[in-house]
Amino acid sequence: MKITRRQMLILLPAAAVAWESVLAGTPEEAPNYKLTEHWWSMLIDIPKCIGCGNCVRACQAENDVPDGYFRTWVERYNVSDEEMTNPQVISPDGGKEGFPVAQEDGEKYFFVPKLCNHCADSPCTQVCPVGATFITPDGVVMVDPKYCLGCAYCVQACPYGCRYIHPEKKVADKCTLCYHRITKGLTTACCEACPTGARQLADLKNPNDPIHEFLKTHSVQVLKPQMATGAKVFYNDLDGSVR
Amino acid sequence: MSIFKDAGHLFRFAGLFVLAFLVFLVVRHYVVPKSFGQYGHYRGAAIGEIAAHPIHYAGHETCETCHADVLDVKKAGKHAHVNCEACHGPLAKHADDPASVTPVLPDTAVLCARCHTASAAKPKGFPQVVPEDHSTGLPCQTCHKPHSPGMESGGAK
Repeated sequence: MKITRRQMLILLPAAAVAWESVLAGTPEEAPNYKLTEHWWSMLIDIPKCIGCGNCVRACQAENDVPDGYFRTWVERYNVSDEEMTNPQVISPDGGKEGFPVAQEDGEKYFFVPKLCNHCADSPCTQVCPVGATFITPDGVVMVDPKYCLGCAYCVQACPYGCRYIHPEKKVADKCTLCYHRITKGLTTACCEACPTGARQLADLKNPNDPIHEFLKTHSVQVLKPQMATGAKVFYNDLDGSVR
Repeated sequence: MSIFKDAGHLFRFAGLFVLAFLVFLVVRHYVVPKSFGQYGHYRGAAIGEIAAHPIHYAGHETCETCHADVLDVKKAGKHAHVNCEACHGPLAKHADDPASVTPVLPDTAVLCARCHTASAAKPKGFPQVVPEDHSTGLPCQTCHKPHSPGMESGGAK
């Protein structure tokens, strides 16, 4: 077979591309941790939350979250008999330093810790124009800071208000479910710091996880189920007024 | 046959397209990260990069390997399920280098009050006090040991 100079010029770069792909192989994976063996979620037991703000402070310390921004925060709901659908919600500095004392006035008060719901069908990952935000095979929604342009499309798309643009890095930032901890066998910083066990990390793919028994035996709800986001943060005993 | 007389122009044009496509492939190869598309429409290596972040909270199992004595005290008391770093703060650096990084003792006036100040918003069964009425300004540890906070004299809980 005779190859002309022109044909050679065309074939060379094509062959180079093919050879590079062969050399590159598949990227390395973390040892001892199999992405496909986990499906992470969290359980929040509302009747146990005392609104101390430990989780908010722990999250900020663990993840270097800038002041005034929150990957997790606590809201205090105040629901009166007359206005069931219009609760008074406060969250002073995300509940970081606790809450003002509520007096016994016959109204209903309770705390609701919030964080990214790590939705299985997340609106935030669907709107990203560059593939910078994604759900991992083990069910954690994360942002690739090297790819993110900071367009804030995802910040608008999240129905739970769980994302923000980092004031210095100018990229989208959010709860990673302490991915650097859970892949090492630790629990998240917020769960570690919660004094009452109101927050518990759960692995839905682990048949021995107590989450399965809990979900069967309690009235558990997710936030905004009507949006069909596939939210994976489960709230026990959630009041209907919570949005 | 005359319609193929000037076909050379078309072949040259097609050649240009092929060349441009090859250039595109080469550029794309160098611009798109290798792990893009490994798991989906994103850079697979980002997962590993985020997983490599340093930890700040060591976790109670790590604390307990050295401070087994405190664990024994804690187990018997009402704070049995409160993790060490819930009160003492993030201490992974201390765990890595116990000699040079020493933790600061928390101020009980702030620490205890965060959880135990009475409020109608807290669950009814949770132990709560009005600090001003309860202790008349004395530090909490005068009567309570934080690791096992029952009354030392055997009085009221």
